[in-house]
Amino acid sequence: MSAIDAQRSSDVGRRAATPIDGGVRRVAPGARRGHRQRFRRDRLLLLMMAPGVAYFLVFHYGALFGNTLAFVDYVPFLGIAGSEWVGLANVRQMFGDPDFWNAVHNTVLIAALQIVFFFPAPLALALLLHSLVGDVVKRFVQSVVYLPHFLSWVIVVALFQHMLGGAGVVNGWLDEWGLGTIHVIGNPEAYKPLVVAQVLWKECGWATIIFLAALSQVDEQQYEASALDGAGWWRRLWHVTLPGIRPVIVLLLVLRLGEFLDVGFEQFFLQRQAVGPEVGEVLDTFVYFTGFANGEFGYAAAAGLFKGVIGVALVYTANKVAHRLGEQGVYQR
Amino acid sequence: MKHTYPAWQGRPGPAVRAAKAIALTVVVLLVLFPIWTVVATSLAAPQDVIANGGWVVWPRRITVDAYTEILDGGVVTRALLVSAGVTLAGTALSLTCTVLLAYALSRPGVYGGRPVLLLVLFTFLFPPGMIPLFLVVRTTGLFDQYAALILPFLVNVFNLVVMRGFFQSIPTELLEAARIDGAGDLAILWRVVLPLSKAVLAVVGLFYAVAYWNRFFEAIIYFNDQSKWPIGTVLRQYVTGGADMTGEAVATAAPQSTQMAVVVLATAPIVLVYPFLQRYFVKGVLTGALKA
Repeated sequence: MSAIDAQRSSDVGRRAATPIDGGVRRVAPGARRGHRQRFRRDRLLLLMMAPGVAYFLVFHYGALFGNTLAFVDYVPFLGIAGSEWVGLANVRQMFGDPDFWNAVHNTVLIAALQIVFFFPAPLALALLLHSLVGDVVKRFVQSVVYLPHFLSWVIVVALFQHMLGGAGVVNGWLDEWGLGTIHVIGNPEAYKPLVVAQVLWKECGWATIIFLAALSQVDEQQYEASALDGAGWWRRLWHVTLPGIRPVIVLLLVLRLGEFLDVGFEQFFLQRQAVGPEVGEVLDTFVYFTGFANGEFGYAAAAGLFKGVIGVALVYTANKVAHRLGEQGVYQR
Repeated sequence: MKHTYPAWQGRPGPAVRAAKAIALTVVVLLVLFPIWTVVATSLAAPQDVIANGGWVVWPRRITVDAYTEILDGGVVTRALLVSAGVTLAGTALSLTCTVLLAYALSRPGVYGGRPVLLLVLFTFLFPPGMIPLFLVVRTTGLFDQYAALILPFLVNVFNLVVMRGFFQSIPTELLEAARIDGAGDLAILWRVVLPLSKAVLAVVGLFYAVAYWNRFFEAIIYFNDQSKWPIGTVLRQYVTGGADMTGEAVATAAPQSTQMAVVVLATAPIVLVYPFLQRYFVKGVLTGALKA
């Protein structure tokens, strides 16, 4: 029996062993069906899959294949196949490029700031919301804080300019009260705190959803027991609440670490010009400006590929660590 | 108001309750106040806006001049129509493809189900890069076509996983009963599965619609023809460049009011559908988070 046959028969065995929908029609226990038979049986379902699968093949796997761009000296009208194969020249150029390292530096710094400031904030807000007993207030606050998640970055940036810009609302107030003005928008020194504040404003509320769900799952009896033992608010938080939602915290942290380099593109694309590349360039904007402004497509693709490969490695490592710690991690199907 | 605290908790003291109330008020104001002043500025009379240095918190005289100006057939009017069209068509197409694929993948033992699922999930790990995707869009001839704002984002893996998870949670007895009555897969999907899935359809539909409505970057790289720009791309002109938003009409509103009116119009559709779909959020997000 060939390897494929063996796999298929074990496949049939597994399916027959589990009670499944349409079992009557689909698989009689122990029955072995050929590929062609199963194909004919499921042809309608396969037709349903077709548009979605075609999409993934063209726009994801097509693009994956397009990464070969990173290894050619791309000349648009010659295409990938016609352009000169340069091997790792683009990668070598990248490693020697101070602009690239500057982008890496900014990305890592902003990502670290996001984790330090953005990660605990939704948890704190969720704890506050969870402690509310009145349903009306709670639901109202939730509706309000979820809203910014649905606004585009263009709008968020516009709102921040309106509030904090040179002629904005806050400066108007400060000026009126004789407190001088603050220079936030377009100030390179204030840029990193600003972008973290924007992420906080946009996503903090939305990120509470998952914490709130986890908090509602914490065992009530443990609270009762700890209260009987005379534990105060702080001790209950530390010994019951936080351990109770630890798996979720670890899962989210793993997810975030896995996407460490994904600080977001649109937010930085919109505001980079105002502060200049030295502080405003992140990896994604570096790819954009190298590719579209300078026309160095091969080089830009190499930088993009670099980020993608590091990303996969990070997800893999973060998961390993989570499993080591006895947590579930992201994938374990 | 009387609320019941759990027996173990006891009613917190007045200081604690005051602190909570203050914290929540600050959070709510931080979100709502910026949106409020934008709306107020867009509606204020020009003298007030200019006298106050470009913004208004309480408009004393209300005027909709800014709105009539930008809705007068200029750049913004066209951009709003483009966005509306792309959002409607895109959401319909995305929902259809996602439902079909999710349903097929939710049937146990479907031929090819396992490899297809792996094929799809892998893309989550390695999303397409900007430059390679750009090449694909160019190769497929989508340049300067509205389809370039839709097809590259047709199916979202997260939404697909949410929907598949929901379909799997439908009791199989229901599907079997329909099958015994002689219903095929399409009939089962249409008459049994979808009526039970309104919540998840609402959430996933909203996620798609918001993504289409908010998309602005792609139009910059895929469209040479600026008259095809959606509202987000047009709005960006002003956000980063202070471009003129009005058409040929002579401006009677303050420029700040006009700009804020564009922000309001770009936000309005989201804020308007939001309350109706909001109650489905938690369910949708959590199904996805637990499955992924």
